[in-house]
Amino acid sequence: MRTLLATIFLAAFTQFAVASESGLKLMNAKVDLHDKASLQRGAKMFVNYCVSCHSAQYMRYNRVAADLGIPEDVMKANLMFTTDKIGEPMIVAMRPEDGESWFGVTPPDLSVVARSRGADWLYSYLNGFYVDATRASGVNNLYFPGAAMPHVLWELQGLKRAVFATETTHDGATHQVFERFETARPGALNEFEYQRATRDLVNFMVYVGEPAKLVRYALGIKVIGFLCIFFIAAYLLKREYWKDVH
Amino acid sequence: MSNKLTALRDWVDDRFPLMTLWNDHLAKYYAPKNFNFWYYFGALSLVVFVIQILTGIWLVMNYKPDATLAFGSVEYIMRDVDWGWLIRYMHSTGASMFFVVIYLHMMRALLYGSYKQPRELVWILGMCLYLALMAEAFMGYLLPWGQMSFWGAQVIISLFGAIPVIGGTLAEWIRGDYVVSDITLNRFFSLHVIALPFAIAGLVFLHIIALHEVGSNNPDGVDIKKKKDADGKPLDGIPFHPYYTVKDLVGLTVFLMIFSAVVFFGPEMGGYFLEANNFIPANPMSTPQHIAPVWYFTPYYSILRANTINFLWIDAKVWGVVFMGLGVLSFFFLPWLDRSPVKSIRYRGVLYKGALSIFVVCFLILGYLGLLPPTEGRTLVAQICTVTYFLFFLLMPIYTKLDKTKPVPERVTM
Amino acid sequence: MSDDAVDPRRRRFLTGTTVVIGGIGAAFTAVPFLSSFQPSAKAKAIGAPVEVDISKLEPGQRVVQKWRGKPVWVVRRTPEMLENLKSFDASALRDPKSEKSEQPEYAKNDWRSDKPEYLVLVGICTHLGCSPSFIPEAGAPEVGATWKGGFFCPCHGSKFDLAGRVYAGVPAPSNMVVPPYRFLTDTKLIVGEDKGAAA
Repeated sequence: MRTLLATIFLAAFTQFAVASESGLKLMNAKVDLHDKASLQRGAKMFVNYCVSCHSAQYMRYNRVAADLGIPEDVMKANLMFTTDKIGEPMIVAMRPEDGESWFGVTPPDLSVVARSRGADWLYSYLNGFYVDATRASGVNNLYFPGAAMPHVLWELQGLKRAVFATETTHDGATHQVFERFETARPGALNEFEYQRATRDLVNFMVYVGEPAKLVRYALGIKVIGFLCIFFIAAYLLKREYWKDVH
Repeated sequence: MSNKLTALRDWVDDRFPLMTLWNDHLAKYYAPKNFNFWYYFGALSLVVFVIQILTGIWLVMNYKPDATLAFGSVEYIMRDVDWGWLIRYMHSTGASMFFVVIYLHMMRALLYGSYKQPRELVWILGMCLYLALMAEAFMGYLLPWGQMSFWGAQVIISLFGAIPVIGGTLAEWIRGDYVVSDITLNRFFSLHVIALPFAIAGLVFLHIIALHEVGSNNPDGVDIKKKKDADGKPLDGIPFHPYYTVKDLVGLTVFLMIFSAVVFFGPEMGGYFLEANNFIPANPMSTPQHIAPVWYFTPYYSILRANTINFLWIDAKVWGVVFMGLGVLSFFFLPWLDRSPVKSIRYRGVLYKGALSIFVVCFLILGYLGLLPPTEGRTLVAQICTVTYFLFFLLMPIYTKLDKTKPVPERVTM
Repeated sequence: MSDDAVDPRRRRFLTGTTVVIGGIGAAFTAVPFLSSFQPSAKAKAIGAPVEVDISKLEPGQRVVQKWRGKPVWVVRRTPEMLENLKSFDASALRDPKSEKSEQPEYAKNDWRSDKPEYLVLVGICTHLGCSPSFIPEAGAPEVGATWKGGFFCPCHGSKFDLAGRVYAGVPAPSNMVVPPYRFLTDTKLIVGEDKGAAA
């Protein structure tokens, strides 16, 4: 019986292979939702750079304030630009039609983008802009080729140039392979500072994607702990009654 | 106080067969004493059903079955409703756990011949439950109205469209519209919340009654009713209550630990329980790159995709639908395909053991392949596994008859 | 079945322990389900306190604002109206001291408000929920010569004075409700929140 199960398990996992979508390795966002300071910096970045075009329509300001430990008056004074009611969600000032005509596509709502794209992708994306004269926005993105979004954070990061190498595969086809970035124009922050800033922003976006994440791990430990205690009682009870059975 | 309770019980019992039911199905329902790990899953599936009903009721309090409001209402539950996130995760985890439990429950039947005479009807009712559960899960998955919800429904309903002659009309009838739309969402909501839960509850009732009528099988496949004591009680039987109520309580606790671990630490389960693409609101104008059904449907999805040959003036697409359907329906015939005089795998020969092992491996491989985009190599493997899958059923009357069985003991072994 | 003696006390103890721990677990599990009934963040946001601008409110006039789906009135009483209130015959009122009605501590006085000049009321009749009419003039024809100004509910004829106190002998059982409120400035007050916290 046990050998049967073992055989089945081994046979089933022989095809184990992990492949990424486009082959490009993503940067590691190192999300840490316990880092409240990072989340606060990320919130500041989000409302200053993102909310002019993107909504986070499922995230209420007062929830951000409560979860991140920001007093409501500080929140109102510094972090609320689109509404004055702290119970309201983060809506955008721009109209969807305007977004469509200016960018070709309405900037999507970002409430759950950390759950659909993933933190590492977002982090890579924010660090992946490079100069591209063929694009209307003047930039392209390594992780989202043809992205309509301009490099909103260009003043912080500066502008980069992407260097591609031409590779020929065995069937004769050639394609461009990304080699490295080069600085075309420095920004206000150096590379380390910019990565830290975008990491804070992604950290915040992961929180926005699922505010409950702050509480569910701690609660889970308590629930499973309780179940362990219950297990002891239930098991002792079972063993006692099953003494009858031979 | 206990006198008052006894008096109340007697008052009810005079007017309702309370004690008869209690005895027939619990305190004096004699089940074999050698139940093992594989026997937890019937009771567990009942528990998961109750979890889904309770969490489902609570979700419907805040969910809005409207194409413009559905996605937002789920996020509303996740954020604005007190504890809404927990109720939602319990429901999404419960859906996948329901299938884990049911597949293990069905595996038990394959191991111990629980579908064989006189339990054919129990098996058929169980298979009807499996179909109802698949329908319920499929309809439920449309409700969050994400990209996977929408496109998964679009693809699967189109399969019905592949049926010759009536297909197009049928697909339109299911959708209530020319494409999957708000109208489809609303009717799937009704079916998922009301119609199918009632059907499942009714089938569960019939399934348990049919089982209790003939009595439970056991890992040795021995009929415990053949050896009774002076009082007419099976020598190898024990009353379900208190012995199996108390044992199932332990099994339930372990299950809840696993369930809670998923709910609290990994409700997305790497994108298999809650798919990443479903956090994008449904967009009829844009198909995601890689549509896959939820993991519990993937074995059949693989069979569907494995059909790439147009054969006998019938499109490969149609063959795909036919074989996918046959893949599920084949299980119905097991009681009559299995010609072995012996029920339990413990006493079967190498032919059945080999066939079952290969079948399980094929099922798992088909399931795994169904999660991935197709390639030439993967399609070939899926085709081999599909053929093997059907051979398990088709050749069964032969190899179960030829199989060299071991002598079955008179009494159960602990 | 069994040869050893069954110890019923041990069985009762273990059963009892399991039931108690299980019961505690069940109670904890019930909490999220029951708690989810509470007003959600959305309900609280919609029901949030509202600001009322009274800079253009003339004496003797009333302004109406919606709070939590209900009409809230702010009436600027003239010195005459306040005089009339003082001279009101207490026996004509059901609850002149507002002992059985709903109002914050600072409105439990003869003029039922924080500042006598401004009356803040939830504009709903305490009988069956209609919204009474504002009839400030004394002796108005539709209510009779003895009318000193107040509110009249057209549904079943309940009458309230200019402090929202209910007349005796009318269907309404209690004085009109005063919501929590406070003055932000001299020309702006916020309803739904007082010096404590939001309601």
